[in-house]
Amino acid sequence: MEILRKVKYEEELDPGFLDEIIRASGCEKIEACIQCGTCSSSCPMSVYMDYPPRKIIAMVKNGFREEALRSFTLWLCPSCYTCQVRCPAQIKITDVMYALKRKAIEEKVYPQRFAIPILDKEMSRRIAKHGRNSEMRLILSLYWKSRKPLELLKMAPLGWRLMKAGRMSFKNEAIKDKKQLKALLAAVREGAR
Amino acid sequence: MNGYAYYPGCSLKENSRSYEQSLLPVFKEIGVPLEELNDWNCCGATAYFSVDDTMAAAISGRNLSLAEKSGRDILAPCAGCYLTLKKSNVFLASGQPKAEKILGDLKSAGCEYHGTVKVKHPLEVLVREIGLDALRAKIRRPLTNLKVACYYGCQLVRPFTDVDDADYPMILDDLMTAAGATPVDFAAKTRCCGGSLTGTIEEVGLRLNYILLKEAKRRGADCIVTICPLCQFNLEITQRKIVRRFKEDLTLPILFFSQVLGLALGLSEKTLGFSRSIIPLDAFRAKLGNGGAK
Repeated sequence: MEILRKVKYEEELDPGFLDEIIRASGCEKIEACIQCGTCSSSCPMSVYMDYPPRKIIAMVKNGFREEALRSFTLWLCPSCYTCQVRCPAQIKITDVMYALKRKAIEEKVYPQRFAIPILDKEMSRRIAKHGRNSEMRLILSLYWKSRKPLELLKMAPLGWRLMKAGRMSFKNEAIKDKKQLKALLAAVREGAR
Repeated sequence: MNGYAYYPGCSLKENSRSYEQSLLPVFKEIGVPLEELNDWNCCGATAYFSVDDTMAAAISGRNLSLAEKSGRDILAPCAGCYLTLKKSNVFLASGQPKAEKILGDLKSAGCEYHGTVKVKHPLEVLVREIGLDALRAKIRRPLTNLKVACYYGCQLVRPFTDVDDADYPMILDDLMTAAGATPVDFAAKTRCCGGSLTGTIEEVGLRLNYILLKEAKRRGADCIVTICPLCQFNLEITQRKIVRRFKEDLTLPILFFSQVLGLALGLSEKTLGFSRSIIPLDAFRAKLGNGGAK
């Protein structure tokens, strides 16, 4: 049997990681974590996660940058806020997950072809461009961009039932005052970095 | 009464038309004027916060500014829109440098916001403002035989807990009782439906929605009553596959609370968009008995 070291030595960690995350909104109290595990046991998704929320918080506090940012956990958090309202240290855990998602997208280390970050990016892009989201178009582009166009076929019977119920539209929704939205987003971008 | 600026969001205009279709006549019947927020933009939901939280707060700021100009508070029936707008509203009022910068950006783009708007869910307005007594007086057709599982999901009751309890809220149960129905003790009422994960990771979506359907069925509910378009959608679209996978008949109509309340107010199924259900409604109708205005 080969003996492998699974935990990093101190010098391999990134001590600046906590400082980066703590600056994000909602992450101020992360250092108060007592590792009680209430978050992990409350989370409806922790059974599917590679690291449950308690471990993610510990990783952030201790500089496990790679492990935290590449974890599937971030993308499995459905933002249900159960952990957040139960945390005895009042850490806004859902907001910490959001901050980690943003960092993973920014550093392009999110799992490729995994549908959720693609959905997040695609929906944001559409809203920034048109001011509105068009559900049907979003779903189609999601299948296309996560490179699973064939799976769309499996969805056809459901699509047909929804269509019959008058619940689908291929219209591209948009706001009237796109100019204002554009000006707003440009102003936000300016000085943001 | 001044009424509310109605914020439909993307779902109520497309997949969840039956929510809009039922909510508008119900509010008309109750006597609360709703006017659609002029040129509203999408809230961004959980997606925009995952990509850029500053932008996310700014686009909500535009909606809040539009409502402020109209002199009305926002009424957001979609739980996702409701929380996104509310969370951004709280953030913009926080005085944090980032929030102040966004307020400045809103002003420079011609959508100045002074922080005077409140964001409300229709349940809050009906139960906390109009009140159950006033509603009871308008019930023309009490839903005497109907057992309902009241499903709240997440975003209405968390992370903000000013509307009701985060784990076991009663606001919808109380409303359904006022309509003459009998809410079952639905222990899973704030458990997660999977949100957008249900559409993207099938395994997870089927399991989470199985738990909800099974619990509702076990408690003897005739339908699940929802307050959120995504919960409603997930519970509907997963049913066929759940029945196949788990080999249990968990077929159950998933209705918006406004559709069920509308029936009790004497409105017709047609008016309330019942034809948009992709789940058979025969057993549900049989339970209602006659006296049902078709």
